[in-house]
Amino acid sequence: MDTIRINKKEYTVAVDKEMPLLWFLRDHIGLTGTKYGCGVAQCGACVVHLDGEAVRSCVTKMKRVIGKEVVTIEGLSEKGDHPLQLAWKDVDVPQCGYCHAGQIMSAAVLLRERPDPTDEDIDDAMTGNICRCGTYTRIREAIHQASAMQKNGSR
Amino acid sequence: MNADKITLDRRSFLKAALLAGGGMMLQFNWPEVMAMDLENNAAEDAVALNSYIKIHLDGRVTLFNPNPEFGQNVKTSLPMILAEELDVDWEQVEVEQADFFPERFERQFTGGSQAIRRAWPILRKAGATARQMLILAAAQQWAVPVAEISTSEGVLHHQKSNRKLRYGEVASAAASIAVPQEVKLKDVADFKIIGSSKRNVEMDNIITGKPLFTSDYKKEGMLIAMIIHPQAFGQEITAITDTAVRQMPGIKDVFVIETLPKDYKKNSFDVMSFEKLAVIVGNSTWEVMQAKKKLVLELHANKGGPRAGLLESTAGHHAEMEQQAKLPGQVKRRDGDPETAFKNASRIIERTYTAPFLVHNTMEPVSCFADVTADAAELYAPIQAPEFITRTLSARLGLPKEKIKINLARMGGGFGLRAYGHHLVEAAVISQKIKAPVKLIYTREDEATYGIYRPTYSATFRAALDENNQLTGFHAKVGGIPESPLHENRFPAGAIDNYLAESWSVGSAITIGAFRAPGSNFIAGAEQSFLDELALEMKKDPIDFRLELLKRAKERPVGDKNDYDADRYAGVIRLLRDKAQLAKKPVGTGRGVAAYYCHNTYAAALVDIGVKNNEPYVRQAIAAMDCGIVVNKDAAVNMAEGAMVDGIGNALYGEQFFIDGIPQKNNFNSYRMIRMNEAPEHLEVYFVDNEENPTGMGEPLFPPMFGAVANALYRQTGKRYYHQPYLKQYLAENKPATGKRA
Repeated sequence: MDTIRINKKEYTVAVDKEMPLLWFLRDHIGLTGTKYGCGVAQCGACVVHLDGEAVRSCVTKMKRVIGKEVVTIEGLSEKGDHPLQLAWKDVDVPQCGYCHAGQIMSAAVLLRERPDPTDEDIDDAMTGNICRCGTYTRIREAIHQASAMQKNGSR
Repeated sequence: MNADKITLDRRSFLKAALLAGGGMMLQFNWPEVMAMDLENNAAEDAVALNSYIKIHLDGRVTLFNPNPEFGQNVKTSLPMILAEELDVDWEQVEVEQADFFPERFERQFTGGSQAIRRAWPILRKAGATARQMLILAAAQQWAVPVAEISTSEGVLHHQKSNRKLRYGEVASAAASIAVPQEVKLKDVADFKIIGSSKRNVEMDNIITGKPLFTSDYKKEGMLIAMIIHPQAFGQEITAITDTAVRQMPGIKDVFVIETLPKDYKKNSFDVMSFEKLAVIVGNSTWEVMQAKKKLVLELHANKGGPRAGLLESTAGHHAEMEQQAKLPGQVKRRDGDPETAFKNASRIIERTYTAPFLVHNTMEPVSCFADVTADAAELYAPIQAPEFITRTLSARLGLPKEKIKINLARMGGGFGLRAYGHHLVEAAVISQKIKAPVKLIYTREDEATYGIYRPTYSATFRAALDENNQLTGFHAKVGGIPESPLHENRFPAGAIDNYLAESWSVGSAITIGAFRAPGSNFIAGAEQSFLDELALEMKKDPIDFRLELLKRAKERPVGDKNDYDADRYAGVIRLLRDKAQLAKKPVGTGRGVAAYYCHNTYAAALVDIGVKNNEPYVRQAIAAMDCGIVVNKDAAVNMAEGAMVDGIGNALYGEQFFIDGIPQKNNFNSYRMIRMNEAPEHLEVYFVDNEENPTGMGEPLFPPMFGAVANALYRQTGKRYYHQPYLKQYLAENKPATGKRA
């Protein structure tokens, strides 16, 4: 039986293996924090972690996910207290809020890879995430703040 | 402003009641939402009261908010106003989001940057009245004079006897006190909550991915539906070939729906781009998406409507716009004798500006849940204007209005698009047909090609200069397909003796709708580019030139219909100039400014534009705004920052175009949106400090950004930018040596 682990929970996969992970999350197991924005890996609203890497779940087929570990926004932290989530709150980043699960998931991988990212690092990691409300400068500020929190061990 | 002088209309009265289980309810009329006279048990009232605040026994305060939320943060800012006057800790105030009740509300609308402006007087009055009633109740209980009681953060205090009561403890008693006719509002100087910064109340749900949006909604037995519309505007579906589709896994049904009732007289928000749509219903989104690819539509050209039988292309639109610029338009305003001014001019400066159709690109594509039974309909939908679509739904479904319930979901962006409720009608019609609850989902491609776009526009400005290089006449000929963006009574009207404003429009099968500051979002950039160029032609500093014109408009205004306050307009420009002097221009950038007034708010913007990866890049942007009293400071700054980024992005990249009626950009791989690496490194937002009643924030800063970007590009490149999106011209004139873009 094909299984995947999502947010530390085991799921049996009994769906079309060509289906993107996004729809498994949203339609089949009710994890709707991961958003549909474009379906062609252009906007980043659907970013999740696959074995620790940021992937666009709208183009990541189930056959690639089987046997692997997935983390979605719902599983990023137990109490919504990942440094990025705390910084997002503190900087008051969102407007409509739709893209931010994807933004935070992209930023989480960046922070793990580069605990003290430069603006250029942020550009590189976050350019795949669109925010029509235009909150980019706040996202940048929140990432720097989360980095500082991580460094000071204040979480 | 004297706070006591806020006037409320006849309908805005207040009424107190005891809450079931204890506590006080103060009912009042939300000004944005006029109640209908339908509540049978309110016989003594001329109208029913449509909103309320509740003060619970434990001190919590509930505010009932009828305005839909789509990121403009009213869900946070409105309770701040109430908390201020009621004098409670704002964190004790909770917002109850009103669903749409057609039997209670005549008008429930988010748009036009009006939420705060309209709610301001009534929320202050309601808060102050409730506070006064609590004081009266405490005075009775303690048997002390009212004047000896003070309040602070939800606590009543009698200093002489050092007694205290929490609001909740006297709320039940206060409910039976006669509502005072006159209450004193706080002095602006004493505001503690208004003008501070309060975090978005939905923050925790947003950052942890809780279901908030329509697309997240689910109900037992719910099916998924998607639509397929004709490829081209001006086409209609005649038949579908669905044999292959019906055999695909998970597919329940395939059919064609009609979006409007026969002979239905549309209201202005009934924009249905296509009268017939093909529909596929299935078990899951993915299955329906797959089936969509296999469905074959048979189409023919529309026999009626604008341009019947013809399919439009952008090249054709351009030719039409050029032709219209040469023909006489409809005269909307004439001051003095513009013809003579131009005849006698030593020099005439004439420039034409254009902009393309734009797609809203809200991050959440269309989504709507509907469950329609034989005698009722329940919807869950992102909609800015539920009132308008209820009439349509009622007619189309054959159900009385009061049997239609629309739950208002948080919207994943609106920008005007969600004022149009075609998706509600579609979802409801589908649910009615298949007799099951259904969630309608558009793909990004469906939405980007469906229409309801920002129109394409053109403006030709002419200025007459005399032998002393003085401005003697001004002529604007402005139009669009299919709608004109002219605002004939806006600046510089009123500042020039001889002024002529003409308007034109040409019909189209391509549907349009409101888009963040409709009309203004083009005309501001065009006019502000022209004034900038004109100033230099007249050998004047562009800011001084605008201030001179505003001084003239203030001291000796031409005409009496000018719809701006020249003092406040000049005020934001001066504030921007002061801040600009302090902000160092980054090396290698050009600096441009622009200002505009719309939606009751004055805005001025500056951008410093340089080059990055062989493309223009705004390094820094600064805004000055006069929106009166700022309610939620940081939320206002956030919205202003967003308007700057959105404006820069649309000015440089935004464009939809057509070949044979077919929109050519259907997703973010072809439709370019501003991204993180293109967002300014630095943004600053300043507000004019005054005591004017608050006005809108969502739209007013967006329009001048287009002018600021064009003017900065001129300083940076030496070339004027007349046609949006500006990136096209830039790339044509600045071929990169390597030809590579990062």
